[in-house]
Amino acid sequence: MTSPLTSVALFYLGPVPITAGVVTTWVIMAVLVIGGILVSRRLSLVPSKTQAFFELIVDTVDGQIRDTMRLEPTPYRAFVGTLFIFIFVANWSSLIPGVEPPTAHIETDAALALLVFIAVIWFGVRAGGIRGYLSTFASPNPIMIPLNFIESLTRTFSLLVRLFGNVMSGVFVIGIVLSLAGLLVPIPLMALDLLTGAVQAYIFAILAMVFIAGAVGEIKPASNTLSQRRSP
Amino acid sequence: MNWLAFASIISAAIAVSFGAIGPALGEGRAVAAAMDAIARQPEAANVISRTLFVGLAMIETMAIYCLVIALLLLFANPLLK
Repeated sequence: MTSPLTSVALFYLGPVPITAGVVTTWVIMAVLVIGGILVSRRLSLVPSKTQAFFELIVDTVDGQIRDTMRLEPTPYRAFVGTLFIFIFVANWSSLIPGVEPPTAHIETDAALALLVFIAVIWFGVRAGGIRGYLSTFASPNPIMIPLNFIESLTRTFSLLVRLFGNVMSGVFVIGIVLSLAGLLVPIPLMALDLLTGAVQAYIFAILAMVFIAGAVGEIKPASNTLSQRRSP
Repeated sequence: MNWLAFASIISAAIAVSFGAIGPALGEGRAVAAAMDAIARQPEAANVISRTLFVGLAMIETMAIYCLVIALLLLFANPLLK
């Protein structure tokens, strides 16, 4: 049985080993980017059926951002929406025979968690400047600085392990059952795996939103209190 | 087989088995509370079940952490290299 923690190089691009997960990731990225361009190329005020469907997706993402972050969704829609759709498609890519979801390998999840870690800093600095962002670490009082600092690292790590563990355990269990029982037996497990994949993509996006809202929302009262408060 | 591999396998099994107890109890309580809430307020069933699913996935993550530890012990054990 191969270890789920290592990934085998498929071929070499110069000195760089390319694994199957990287190929799948790039195929998903290409499909999403080209699909996005094709769909948004001819937008009309009276939407066609396709446009209405994709507008529904964008609207749902907007609604979730508004509910969770209590902020206007425009600056965060691109990041959070892309994160959700990419993880969703990656988790469900196991429906195609022979394709292993790239999120079942720890390096893809590490990259996604690192993106969230950087995005929290980026949105925090953009909302309140470097001083404003750093002051959120001393948020209740300065005694909490080391604790807040450790928290920002550990929550990134737990984000990584959560996605990796859930997707990888699904793939792993299906592999074991397939080798023990036979051809059609793992189908209910695969259905459960699809549910887990969708829920995990949702949770990853929600947690990214919560972390970003935590960095942005704590700054707001310090920097421009009055102008924000007066507006209804 | 040396003693280190033996201990690793035993502790991987212990990690998964005991790590499954806590999340199982927690999920049971969460589902029971959600059932209670839906029985009281059937019109809020949509929101409750959505929140329930997210909460269940968060609780389940605890068991997944134990599974990751067990797989680390079995496949990437630094002591057995």
